Amino acid sequence: MAMAHPVRLDLPEVEVREQRLRATVSYNGTARDLSRRSKNFSLVNHERGFEQCSTCQQGCAGIAYNVRGAAVVEHSPIGCAQPASAAMGINVANAARGLPDQSVNVLSTNLSESDTVYGGAEKLRATVREAKRRFSPDAIFVLSSCAAGIIGEDIEAVTSELQDELGIPVIPVFCEGFRSKIWISGIDATFHGILRQIVKPARKKQPDLVNVFNFEGSDTFTPLLGKLDLRANYVISLADVETLSRMSEAACTAHICETLATYPAKALEQEFGVPEVRSPPPFGISWTDAWLREIARITDREELAEQVIESEHKRLEPLLETMRAQLAGRRVYIFAGDSYAHSISNMLLDLGLDLIGVNTFHHDQTTDGGLEEADSLGQLVASKGDIGNFSVCDKQPFQMVKVLKDLQPDILIVRHTNMAVIGAKLGIPTIQDGDVNISAGYDGLIKLGERLLTAWRTRRIFQNIARHHRHPYSEWWMAQNDPFLLSSEPVA
Amino acid sequence: MGGYIEQPRFSCALAGQQTVLAIPRALPVVHAGPGCSGKVFAFSATNAGFQGEGYGGGGAVSSTNTGETDVVFGGEPKLERFVGNALRVLDGDLFVILSGCTSGLIGDDVVRVAQQYARDGHPVIGAETPGFRGNSYVGHEIVVHEIIDQFVGDVTPAVRPGLVNVFASVPPQNPFWRGDLAEIKRVLEGIGLQVNILFGAGSAGISEWRDLPNAQFNLVLSPWVGLDAAELAEKKYGTPYLHLPFLPIGPELTGKTLRTIADFAGLPAGPVEEFIAHEELVFYDYFVSTADFVADYRNMIPSELYVVGDSAYALGATAFLVNELGFVPEGIYLTDDPPENRQSDIRQALSDIVADLGDGDPVPRFEIDGRAIQDSIRTRLHGSTKALILGSTWEDYLARETGNLSLHLSLPITNDVVIDRSYAGYRGGLRLMEDVYTSIFKAGDIADTTLTRNKQ
Ligand code: SF4
Repeated sequence: MAMAHPVRLDLPEVEVREQRLRATVSYNGTARDLSRRSKNFSLVNHERGFEQCSTCQQGCAGIAYNVRGAAVVEHSPIGCAQPASAAMGINVANAARGLPDQSVNVLSTNLSESDTVYGGAEKLRATVREAKRRFSPDAIFVLSSCAAGIIGEDIEAVTSELQDELGIPVIPVFCEGFRSKIWISGIDATFHGILRQIVKPARKKQPDLVNVFNFEGSDTFTPLLGKLDLRANYVISLADVETLSRMSEAACTAHICETLATYPAKALEQEFGVPEVRSPPPFGISWTDAWLREIARITDREELAEQVIESEHKRLEPLLETMRAQLAGRRVYIFAGDSYAHSISNMLLDLGLDLIGVNTFHHDQTTDGGLEEADSLGQLVASKGDIGNFSVCDKQPFQMVKVLKDLQPDILIVRHTNMAVIGAKLGIPTIQDGDVNISAGYDGLIKLGERLLTAWRTRRIFQNIARHHRHPYSEWWMAQNDPFLLSSEPVA
Repeated sequence: MGGYIEQPRFSCALAGQQTVLAIPRALPVVHAGPGCSGKVFAFSATNAGFQGEGYGGGGAVSSTNTGETDVVFGGEPKLERFVGNALRVLDGDLFVILSGCTSGLIGDDVVRVAQQYARDGHPVIGAETPGFRGNSYVGHEIVVHEIIDQFVGDVTPAVRPGLVNVFASVPPQNPFWRGDLAEIKRVLEGIGLQVNILFGAGSAGISEWRDLPNAQFNLVLSPWVGLDAAELAEKKYGTPYLHLPFLPIGPELTGKTLRTIADFAGLPAGPVEEFIAHEELVFYDYFVSTADFVADYRNMIPSELYVVGDSAYALGATAFLVNELGFVPEGIYLTDDPPENRQSDIRQALSDIVADLGDGDPVPRFEIDGRAIQDSIRTRLHGSTKALILGSTWEDYLARETGNLSLHLSLPITNDVVIDRSYAGYRGGLRLMEDVYTSIFKAGDIADTTLTRNKQ
């Protein structure tokens, strides 16, 4: 991987991934070829003749909903604000972590047609003040939107004025949907705001604390890191503003996904001296080993780590044997976010499954730190060999239906809402792997195996759905040989 | 419109894509930012009790996924090519190009692009539905208007007596639209009408829309949504319309509604009365069979009624629960943001159909800010644990927190799977009773005394 640019916390905006990481949303080939071509940034984005709805960075910036005690103001018409599902999901996660409930404090400015003509700055001011009054938050995130961006709202000016007035961080998040096809750019944007306006220089170093960047998932890392006498500092979901402000005090920064977190990990290293864990994420045996070893190296626990790894391997081996026997011969396809798809691939190969293809929703040709050890695709190819039928597209069911019909996997693993249905409608036993944490670490492997087995055993419902479903694609389209036919006009 | 909103109860005008999808084999082509279609789907369909993508919805909706270059240089040329490819890839009977905020603000003309294809005989129309134009209800109105205007078009009607077009629900902003439309169609056919129900599995799809000008009359069962379509059809085809500002729920209101409709349509009274009498016989047989339960468990059945929902449903549900099941109305919160000039009619309609509105909070309240609704209910409860709150998942949290019961009537619904549930008409009334009475067991085990175990 080529060296990436330094993080620029002095600027209000972080560049979107197309520019920063030369991310792409279209590729079709093999894992090794993709990895090789990324080394010299030879992949380009294509103008597509046809596409289906994607996801936008404005929605992903909504990860700010998950910060305990913070409020979010969406400077947008009402369609952009979606707190209902998040409100439920967050407290399900809190229960799983043994944490108290938290409320989701979201206000939309509800921009109207006249606001797009006369400007919405006054409305924004009123809404931010109202958020302060209603929620007494410790910080307020102000998310931009397509409409706010196009009419040229000066969110930066309003937020800095209100930060002075209200005496809490008022954080502008620049995440206009049209600026990026890579929806996770929006998470970068929220992280950028947190790093600029919430994280403080370390008051007191906490040598047993490990930052774990993750989504709102189950509590895998307390027991795992506990074996090394370390504490997991789960960020940023479910953490409060005070906890976020102390990320600088941790011994190191780990994460569950390079796609999610190499940006803040790099920033914490560069600006606050917190070293980034140089390892692929802890999915599958060898990557979990590497992850623990690297954390142990930084925190001076190398001997202990070797003991833990040895005893965990011993404990795991018989469980794994049983699982492998039950899954033997099953052909699996993965359809998930960039790095996480690589992580599940690694696990499936540990489980002895036949990995017949992978599609990732986008591909970063480098990561923010540019670390070779954290390059999950490179690591995957290096340790497990090439993977065929490896493609990149941002969901696009019309293509995936053809890919899956062609490959006929026994089991499909999906990580994105509304996408598992593609497999269900083709009669393929499918799991939607929403909680990433549960698959992490040694036990994650067994738990993933159990979910796959359940999907396989209950496949009759999928087969029944397939019998009665009609897809909306034309005969012409279904007769085309190349699923990626309409995505190949290169753009400048 | 108005100010800030917490806990939104509707999505934006682009939710008109769900109106398109509610017509069998009609497909939206969204010209908007990359996340818009998915957000609208997530709120309108997923948060409507997990109503799925159906035929070509959800993640399969065509979308230009507007990018920076389109915003700077205009997205129309790209849209032109895009629509051509959509027509090749997809198998649909009607394509509706919908604009979102990006295309709306940069001035791309989706209607012009649609007309280009329509001239060549393709079933393509355009609808200007940028989010800032209004909410889901407004988006529905825009889409229906454009379908009539551009797709059904200027034709000379061949009127068939007894044929009626029904405008009754915003799918799936009314989470029970599928079951409701089925029941409405059933009872209208029961009194001898032929029905173009227009949306859902009971609709024949675009052939029904083509048939729309031939109706004897249009029926609007809603305080304001649907009026625009009826007025347009009156202007274009001279079709008269009957406007009843509520969705009929339970036998009293349904019977009254059917008689009004029959009268308007000039149907012979005999068969109409026969149908109503038979429906009532069935309904009240079930109804009376609940008497044992109601009598024994009177202490456990809530009595104070709070309703949070769109005006069409809130009116009908309140009337049934108050007039026929003896609830006392305490708060009615209408969340569909009706135009101001309709609000006094809605108030009037409510007092016309509800026997006794008590001395409630100014009843009803028009409120789009969820927090304001919840604060008001909390205040009015005064610590009572005798309330039934009909509303969204947000009201479930409130009910749990205050030790009361809740039932779903409006979006967002994130903890309930809605399939053919309906509270409309006769069958819907029974279903509503079943759900209300069953809900008392959700709070814990109860006895036929005054005791409850595990009440949260
Ligand atoms: S409000 Fe505008 S930008 Fe937001 S989802 Fe609706 S159309 Fe898209």
